[in-house]
Amino acid sequence: MNKRKLTIAVTGLNNIDSPGPGIPVIRALKDSTKFDVRIIGLSYDALEPGIYMHDLVDKTYQIPLPSAGQQSLLTRLTYIHNTEKIDVIIPNFDAELYNFIKLQDTLKEMGIHSFLPTLNQFEERQKWSLPEFGSKYGIEVPKSKMIHSIAEVHTLAYEFGYPLVVKGKFYDASVAYSPDQAMGYFNKINSKWGLPIIIQQYTQGTEVNLTGIGDGKGNLIGAVPMRKTYITDKGKAWAGVALEDPKLMDIAKQLVKGNKWRGGFELEMIRTTKNEYYLIEINPRFPAWVYLAVGSGQNHPEALVQMALGENVAPFESYASGKMFVRYSYDQIVDLKEFETISTMGEL
Amino acid sequence: MKILKNIALSDTGFVFNPSTGDSFSVNPIGLSILKDFKDGKSEADIKKRLLSEYQTDRETIEKDLYDFMKMIEQLHLTEYHEQA
Repeated sequence: MNKRKLTIAVTGLNNIDSPGPGIPVIRALKDSTKFDVRIIGLSYDALEPGIYMHDLVDKTYQIPLPSAGQQSLLTRLTYIHNTEKIDVIIPNFDAELYNFIKLQDTLKEMGIHSFLPTLNQFEERQKWSLPEFGSKYGIEVPKSKMIHSIAEVHTLAYEFGYPLVVKGKFYDASVAYSPDQAMGYFNKINSKWGLPIIIQQYTQGTEVNLTGIGDGKGNLIGAVPMRKTYITDKGKAWAGVALEDPKLMDIAKQLVKGNKWRGGFELEMIRTTKNEYYLIEINPRFPAWVYLAVGSGQNHPEALVQMALGENVAPFESYASGKMFVRYSYDQIVDLKEFETISTMGEL
Repeated sequence: MKILKNIALSDTGFVFNPSTGDSFSVNPIGLSILKDFKDGKSEADIKKRLLSEYQTDRETIEKDLYDFMKMIEQLHLTEYHEQA
């Protein structure tokens, strides 16, 4: 079968100890049976390891940080598109999604397709809106609230009790067992991600996650649940196993049916010993472990590209539970000239 | 005792629970007991088989089987825990 040639731009090349999803997404696209892909990496930092993975990333361009705004991003993407003729773009960071969602129509007019959640879908699942999100779609969510000042930490013992979870608006979460610890995490997360800080009730149980993709019409196209079996000190999965979890699959179906989710997503849930499920977070993009879905029989990034190009995709019917992923670290040897080129020219 | 239906038992003694992702290793005797339970055999049937296969007394078999059953219950491999 002749595979269709496509040029796909992907962000999230930071394949570090807290990895971005870019490299797993690229691996999935390289495994595609439908597309022959040329990958354009989009990076924010000259030390993102994916920049130097030339077997996976054909060319990389630096792009402006999300804080630079939509116009800067558009100018840069227009420059890249003029050279590379991008067919599809897959942003993989929460923090950049707002700009990409706002620009998606403009990009489409230029011929760059994407398959992103709507702004409303993106906003309503924000960490600070999670309780309303849960009640709207019938999913249990631990009690949570936003705080904007360290003085508010003193009121938490009465309202939440300890332990409780201190979370950043985009990333980072730590379990605090005392007000002192909560204040420490408040300062640490605030300095990195800014305000507000989200305080969430601690829920005892096992964390189970699900990577999924919705077609924007209420259909869950694919989903694979996973439990982390080896966790780094940053709370990231270093190893995990695909689960057979019909209840979690039902929750994902119910959610996608209710809010007509468009694109990739990750559900982070706590399963209690009573087999109750609490949603602790919903990420509006594929997780860094999305390649486990490919290994289990569902190529979600390939399906996303098909839908971005306007094709209808039938839902996956099965996957292999028991498939595992085990990450590894690897020292790439990089010529200084390459680092110099990406640092000074902004492309490699 | 009812073992969860979806538990995977390998001939090597590797036990995998696809609902939780947990995996365990059991020795050949443990594997034979798990297989018997999975096949729907009763505790009495298993005791009888073990007594005929091993040169030991009923009391030891009862005690060891009880310990093993408690262990697999604690490891959430039984239907009792699925419903809990």
